Amino acid sequence: MFRNQYDQDVTTWSPQGRIFQIEYAMEAVKQGSAAVGLKSGEHAVLATIKRAPSDLSSYQRKIFKIDDHMGIAISGLTADGRILCRYMRNECLNHRFVYDSPMPLGRLVRQVADKAQLGTQRSWKRPYGVGLIVAGHDESGPHIFYNCPSGNYYDYKAFAMGARSQAAKTYLERQFETFAAASLDDLVKHALHALQASLQDGELTEKNCSVAVVGGDMPFTLLEDDSLAPYIAAIKEEEPAAAAGMEAEGAAAEGDAAAGEGGAAGEGEQQQEQQGGGGGDDGGEAPMEQ
Amino acid sequence: MLHRPTSHSAAIGPGPVPSLANPGPALEQQPRHAPQAPSCGSEAFCVDPQALSSSHPRQHTQYPYVTGTSVLGITFKDGVLLACDTLGAYGSTKRYKSFDRLRKVNDVCMVGASGELSDFQYIMRLLEELSDDDFCMDDGHHLKPAEVHSYLTRVLYNRRNKMDPLWNSLVVGGFHSGKPFLGTVGMIGTSYTDAHLATGFGNHLARPLMREKHHPDMSEEEAVALMHECLKVCYYRDKNSINKFQLAKVTKDGVSISEPFALETNWGFKLFQNPAANAVGTW
Repeated sequence: MFRNQYDQDVTTWSPQGRIFQIEYAMEAVKQGSAAVGLKSGEHAVLATIKRAPSDLSSYQRKIFKIDDHMGIAISGLTADGRILCRYMRNECLNHRFVYDSPMPLGRLVRQVADKAQLGTQRSWKRPYGVGLIVAGHDESGPHIFYNCPSGNYYDYKAFAMGARSQAAKTYLERQFETFAAASLDDLVKHALHALQASLQDGELTEKNCSVAVVGGDMPFTLLEDDSLAPYIAAIKEEEPAAAAGMEAEGAAAEGDAAAGEGGAAGEGEQQQEQQGGGGGDDGGEAPMEQ
Repeated sequence: MLHRPTSHSAAIGPGPVPSLANPGPALEQQPRHAPQAPSCGSEAFCVDPQALSSSHPRQHTQYPYVTGTSVLGITFKDGVLLACDTLGAYGSTKRYKSFDRLRKVNDVCMVGASGELSDFQYIMRLLEELSDDDFCMDDGHHLKPAEVHSYLTRVLYNRRNKMDPLWNSLVVGGFHSGKPFLGTVGMIGTSYTDAHLATGFGNHLARPLMREKHHPDMSEEEAVALMHECLKVCYYRDKNSINKFQLAKVTKDGVSISEPFALETNWGFKLFQNPAANAVGTW
């Protein structure tokens, strides 16, 4: 009756040493639209593709400000993301009230990860179905963290998650060495290029994406619509020049990536399958909208 | 198996409650944390469950017993100096003569206390717990002097709101990112920062001297000399002080607290000869 007899419960191990419910929760992140985070020596940037469930609706927000010095991009279950967002805002406010200073990013990310871990070890709970990219700036400089539904958290130079994010990752992997010294404008452009790569068909417009920037000299700022338009225009201008080169490169990159994943045993195949499934599902059928 | 109540009472100790000891309502577990309470450090803000359950409010914490007198603090060019004597006075009895009233919080910060010394020990326990947490996190973050100052302000103000104040005036001294920090917190949560500070009697005796002689870019030697002078004046006029002082310094190199020392005094001043002459009606 069941395809897999070990995936009914978060507290059940499979004989191979896996917990399928956690892996399924991680798949939920891939159903959401793509989000990218990257940092230079001074700034951190978030960029997301927004989806609208129908032509009549507005685009769903994917970037949330947590405090003046940090914000998150979410992918997966929006409802879970908003709960975590509220928790993080609360913690930051408490920290400001008690210590009169902004909360260190690493500390908050760790608390969120601890919270997520509880959902993976209690029979009456479920893991969160959302991935968070946390971008911010504190005493030790700019940071990009990724919070996974499994309760893991990672410190990144640049990261992408969500549907077709492999293309964005490939772009980031090719470019990340230039990020450390990049200016804020360049960083935003890199973020948009990465997004463009994971936007399979369709144009990147100021309507369907949003960007946020934060640094030591500036509070967390959301760029949308009119304030984002100049950046979109700028990468559109660069495109014709780069297009020829990029296309050839892109094809090669995809070949590389596929080879790499194939080498990584069955897991990689499954990933690709799932991504393919995610690509087909544009509509608003599931509660899993983002 | 029968459920046996478990005690976390300091009086009975941990573990199952012996059948003879009848745990009153005070033993019943209070929810430790409200849903929105901060995930650490909230103990400082909690009401003592015993204070809620007994029929009379507890009163022995409402007035200080063993007290310390003034703490002085000044900033100088590359750091902060704090100084005070080492007396823990029981009323006007000089009961404990080597009590360290200047304590290190971490490498960039220290605290000095006047007022009830047991409350100060409790406050230091709170700060040590925070420092231990920082150490355990192992991420390089530690409390900055301004954060310690803000935290203590919150703790003291919360306790006064519960009508159970921590009976202290605290001075926080620190040095971080190239800047000295000096701030004070009163027992009801009043707080401010300044280039030079004193608590209690020192506000009247030492501050005038500091206002006259202090300038922000003074050298360490000048600052120490000014501090000695202030300590001496406080010792001359404050009967609850002794001639055994400690001087603590925070600079970029960290916190150092001196061994106790005495200052040379001279009681032969003319105005000391017949103190009653200037105060008609005394003897």
